[in-house]
Amino acid sequence: MKNKKQVFETVIHGIFLILGLITVGSVLLITVYLIISGIPAIREIGLVHFLFGKTWASTAATPSFGILPFILTSVYGTAGAILLGVPIGFLTAVYLAKLAPPKMKKIVSAAVSLLAGIPSVVYGLVGMLVLIPGIRALFHIPDGASLLAAIIVLAIMILPSIINVSITALEAVPKEYEDASLALGATPIETYFRVSVPAAKSGIAAAVVLGVGRAIGEAMAVMMVAGNASNMPSLFQSVRFLTTAVASEMSYSSGLQQQALFSIALVLFLFIMLINAILNFFLKRSKEE
Amino acid sequence: MITVKDLCLWYGNTQALHHINMDIPEKAITALIGPSGCGKSTFLKTLNRMNDLIPGIRITGEVCYNEKNIFSPDVDVNMLRKEIGMVFQKPNPFPMSIYDNIAYGPRTHGITSRVKLDDIVERSLRDAAIWDEVKDRLRKNALGLSGGQQQRLCIARALAVSPDVLLMDEPTSALDPISTSKIEELAISLKEKYTIIIVTHNMQQAVRISDKVAFFLLGEMIEYNDAETIFSMPSDKRTEDYITGRFG
Amino acid sequence: MEKKNGKRKIYMVIMRGLMGILFIMSYVLVKGIPNITWDLLSTTPSYIDGSIGILPDILNTIYIIIAALAIVIPLGAGAAVYLTEYAGNKKIVSVIEYAAETLSGIPSIIYGLVGMLFFCQFLNMQTSLLAGALTLVIMNLPTVMRTTQESLKTVPQSYREGAFGLGAGKWRMIRTVVLPGCIDGIITGCILSVGRILGESAALLFTAGVAHALNGFFEGLNSSGATLTVALYFYAKERGEFGVAFAIAAILMVLTLLVNLLAMLVGESFKRRRNT
Repeated sequence: MKNKKQVFETVIHGIFLILGLITVGSVLLITVYLIISGIPAIREIGLVHFLFGKTWASTAATPSFGILPFILTSVYGTAGAILLGVPIGFLTAVYLAKLAPPKMKKIVSAAVSLLAGIPSVVYGLVGMLVLIPGIRALFHIPDGASLLAAIIVLAIMILPSIINVSITALEAVPKEYEDASLALGATPIETYFRVSVPAAKSGIAAAVVLGVGRAIGEAMAVMMVAGNASNMPSLFQSVRFLTTAVASEMSYSSGLQQQALFSIALVLFLFIMLINAILNFFLKRSKEE
Repeated sequence: MITVKDLCLWYGNTQALHHINMDIPEKAITALIGPSGCGKSTFLKTLNRMNDLIPGIRITGEVCYNEKNIFSPDVDVNMLRKEIGMVFQKPNPFPMSIYDNIAYGPRTHGITSRVKLDDIVERSLRDAAIWDEVKDRLRKNALGLSGGQQQRLCIARALAVSPDVLLMDEPTSALDPISTSKIEELAISLKEKYTIIIVTHNMQQAVRISDKVAFFLLGEMIEYNDAETIFSMPSDKRTEDYITGRFG
Repeated sequence: MEKKNGKRKIYMVIMRGLMGILFIMSYVLVKGIPNITWDLLSTTPSYIDGSIGILPDILNTIYIIIAALAIVIPLGAGAAVYLTEYAGNKKIVSVIEYAAETLSGIPSIIYGLVGMLFFCQFLNMQTSLLAGALTLVIMNLPTVMRTTQESLKTVPQSYREGAFGLGAGKWRMIRTVVLPGCIDGIITGCILSVGRILGESAALLFTAGVAHALNGFFEGLNSSGATLTVALYFYAKERGEFGVAFAIAAILMVLTLLVNLLAMLVGESFKRRRNT
């Protein structure tokens, strides 16, 4: 009687353990698959040629698989999006966390979460029909599909992450700090920027890193506005990111070309893992503060 | 009925109970008194192995219930807790109807017949002296009751699995004086059928309801005797100091 | 004086941001809504007639949401129950939580790629809605797990003690006392997942595919099919059908708005209920 019950409880415990381990299994699955499928092409092409080759001509008679243009485009594109998006996101977060009247806060927060919910292809679509013609007209270039267009779209797309994480960090600043500063005669604005923001700096850093992760990983919106030519990055030229390199050729690729796409995904994955590690570092430090 | 032999208990590296020995009589109220942190609640929770839930706990010694050590590996903890019921410090009815709260225990132990359940629910609520107050709203959520009613409901819930022993962990500490006296009356009437062990902070309560009293201090049982003896002529100086209010 | 300016400057930035959001929204709605016709919503695309209908895409979206939720809820909620009720070992907890964080940081294009390799090729499901749904399950696992975990934390310890005190075994305690208490979290997780699935495209392009055939539920799961979002991409980028693309975009915007609204209302009502 008792044994039966015990066995039953053990079985249930086991089932829940398996459910709990599915996340771990998924991470392992993704990592293993990317490594296994990403290594062969790198081995064939050679790591240095692959990472630092300047030309990508996967379908040429003598194909060439250099992904430096993609890596640099992803880096520049992300940096640009951060430069544009962080100041706006940061100020919005300070405003929402410290200055906004409750009603305003509610409206803006709702708008921010709406912004986060808009599908990336919708951003891409608006970009295609508004940004690209706009850039073409404004800078007198033949085609507006460019790194600049991608940067602007990415900057808007990373705003919600930056705002939300920064708000959490700013709201966690103990009120005593601010009261102390206010009691010394500092104005609220001075207090928020000289006391609250420095106190929340790890959390804000985490917000920026999270934004980097989102920007470097975005594929579809970028694919629709960046032009997708494998040029070395330049603001007004059509460019291809790591993500779009995978997405644009996957459907018709085969052989070494397809394997090379898996290798690109592996490179992207390594970038993301690095960013995750940095993110965790800041989040942990922010919690300790 | 319950015999405790040389019981020691550790939370991690701190020892919370030191070599407790006592015989707890059947169909009587035994009160455990002492200042906060003296180990009386810990001791109470050892008797139905509710302490098992706390990680890092270690127990030596024996607690014999019906001549069987409750720590022996072939004891079914769930059956033990059915026989030794518990009422907690804060009333903790489940967020279900009054009926389902009472029926929870019987259902747990395999009773599904509607007729039997109805019967058990009514009997338990009557025994806990709350039947008249709730009989018209058995299907309403139990969280809608007052604190005192909730606690009597929890007593009824404990009675519904027909235990032999009822452990009460400061059952009135969260209640107003009127509810408290109702619970005390209830405890006295219940001792005809059940063995009751109650932890209390309230010295008057111990005087009013208990037959036996054990005084705990810093994890040791200092004195254990008939209630009258303890309150009129305690043999230990520390007991006297405590019951006369010199510390507490 | 200068300080006043600071405040005003911030205010201006925010206002401009709000205007931007408003612009995107109204632009999409203005360009999209006139293109939403009954024909568009109720037909399949036909090269012969040269007409486009998005009924299959609407159905595919619904199918994939149902399939993904049906799988992700037990998995995610189960993992959360394991973490809060069973896991005694701190190390396992931190490994699982770290894995969940990692999952939520992985970009969807990588999910798409691995989903294609594992579900479509290795498990031989071909390009199908089921393969897409399973890929979405892994993506949304951390979300459902986290929201369920949050709500499990609000189940008072005294309920658990009460159940154990009556002699209930662990599973009975969980089934009767803990699981009813985490419905809130599961619902919140579902709403968030629906929002995410509605917007997902990169992970589905290579797993669920781009077909526009009209199918029943089970038939649909086994065949390739585009969701609304994928169809939008397809019509805008490959076919240059911007009218249709904007119509879909407008539908998606309205749905996103509804999902957000629902999430907010549900969140507030749960908060209120918890406080009473």
